[in-house]
Amino acid sequence: MLRFVVRRLLSTIPMVLVVVSLTWGLIRLAPGSFYTGEKALPPAIEQNLRAKYGLDKPWYVQYGKMISNTARLDFGSSLKYEGQPVNAILWRAFPVSAMVGLLAYSLSLLVGITSGLFAAVRHNSKWDYSSMTLSMLGISVPTFVLGPILVLFFSLTLYWFPPARWDGFATRSAVLPVLTLSVIYMAYIARLTRSGMLEVLRSDYIRTARAKGLSETAIVLKHAFRGGIIPVVSLTGPALAGLITGTVVVERIFVLPGLGTYFLNANLNRDEPLILGIVAFISITILVCNLLVDVAYAFIDPRIRY
Amino acid sequence: MSTPELIAGNSLFHQAMRRLVRNRLAVFGMVIVGIIALAAIFGPAIIFRATGYTYDYIPADSNLVKSFAPSWMHPMGTDNEGRDLLARVLLGGRISLMVGIISTVVSLLIGVAYGATAGYAGGKLDELMMRIVDVLFAIPYMMVVIVLLALFGRHTALGQLFLLFIALGAVSWLTMARIVRGQVISLKNQEFILAARATGVPKWKIVLRHLVPNTLGPVIVYATLEVPAVMLLEAFLSFLGLGVQAPLASWGSLASEGIQNIAVFPWQLIFPGVTMALTLFSLNFIGDGLRDALDPQTKRS
Repeated sequence: MLRFVVRRLLSTIPMVLVVVSLTWGLIRLAPGSFYTGEKALPPAIEQNLRAKYGLDKPWYVQYGKMISNTARLDFGSSLKYEGQPVNAILWRAFPVSAMVGLLAYSLSLLVGITSGLFAAVRHNSKWDYSSMTLSMLGISVPTFVLGPILVLFFSLTLYWFPPARWDGFATRSAVLPVLTLSVIYMAYIARLTRSGMLEVLRSDYIRTARAKGLSETAIVLKHAFRGGIIPVVSLTGPALAGLITGTVVVERIFVLPGLGTYFLNANLNRDEPLILGIVAFISITILVCNLLVDVAYAFIDPRIRY
Repeated sequence: MSTPELIAGNSLFHQAMRRLVRNRLAVFGMVIVGIIALAAIFGPAIIFRATGYTYDYIPADSNLVKSFAPSWMHPMGTDNEGRDLLARVLLGGRISLMVGIISTVVSLLIGVAYGATAGYAGGKLDELMMRIVDVLFAIPYMMVVIVLLALFGRHTALGQLFLLFIALGAVSWLTMARIVRGQVISLKNQEFILAARATGVPKWKIVLRHLVPNTLGPVIVYATLEVPAVMLLEAFLSFLGLGVQAPLASWGSLASEGIQNIAVFPWQLIFPGVTMALTLFSLNFIGDGLRDALDPQTKRS
């Protein structure tokens, strides 16, 4: 197990380097540069700017510097937010995204698993059909439609929550973003739980448990649940990684100062250090989340060994 | 040799179609998508005949250049420039459906070619090709696509659209390649392939004529579910201002214009938003119905 974890952690390093190099390549291949604005610069000034940012050196020197920065996890200062180290921005924005994401995913797990369980146990019942239709609706309504409709109803009509403001995590301002973000995952988890449970409930060991005369509750919760929940665990890796590192769309709807917002702005401003910093940070988070999920498999399903 | 194959495939296909038609939600989905597709194709011309408005027509009278609520003249109201919202939503439908279908076809072509090659070749080549897919799979794609569109695009509306096709198609072929490879591997040692090899059919013909057609079931299911997924991705990107640019419109870009006026002109968001949700809802039901119809094993017992 320990060897597996160490090997996987080591294998994240080339992965992150590939992603960062790809991004760097894209930034360098793109036409223009971050200081080319509306008006053309005098050649002398442009030359000074190029020297200041090290753009006058050959590309392999610049690339080497970028790689060594990434290896030391020190991305320098942002170009747009002058004088602010990229790492400071990351540590300011990450908690916002992470809190909203974690809350949203907890809510999705709670609602999704419960309704999926009921749908599987009462298979082909009214409850099954209505919760599955509702979850299909949840998958189909884009967040940028759901979010504003919630705002229209709860903020602009009922005045319960602020429409687009961030006062911190334990305030009313977090309610609508968390709700908007969680709906689609709720829907996915409900469907995955249902199909996973249905498959397990048909298996031989459940028939044995029934033959032993165990109560239906014990069968579902103690015997079937562990196996039926595996698809949800597989979803959790990428989902959690995506959620805690911020979703650009929801952060934009509710004007949250999270990683997604900074990432979008960094791209629009061509803020190279910030783009690379966020890309590296998010890649690492995703890979670590996937690793955690693989470890979790081993705990849930005793047949899986590393 | 190919005739008995064809008949067997046909009857299975007919069975699948019967199962699909019995699935009321899937039929509902097909009807809705059909109506929306027809409206997107023919609607703009009808609106032009009836009212003289097109998706980019800004009234010359400056009193008309503002957002009107829905009326008989403009069933969905108008946007901030006084453009007819129904015409714009229908154009958005054209572009959104087109993006969904073209990107899916691109990913279908790449994914099937790649997966079939890897699966049939086997050995070292297969291992190498699948390692590449694994590596690409771990890349956080949404980020790379945002970088690509933000840095290279935003020059011309059509160029941006083209970039969008490439970006979305390039993202979505990976799963397709995996599915096709798995299918090909399970098929390639069966007797009908052996028979084809024995009669001297060239390799490329075995892959194209015998293997690929037999993988189509799962591929069709995946492709149908891919269309709404790609449309959603496109909408997200357009919502962020990175996708379809004005005066063209997609449901995502319309929603992003609408969200700024949500308090005053709610129809600017609600009409494109609801149309999009309804379309995705229907497409998802079609995909689900197809999966149940083509793969009776995972069907509800």
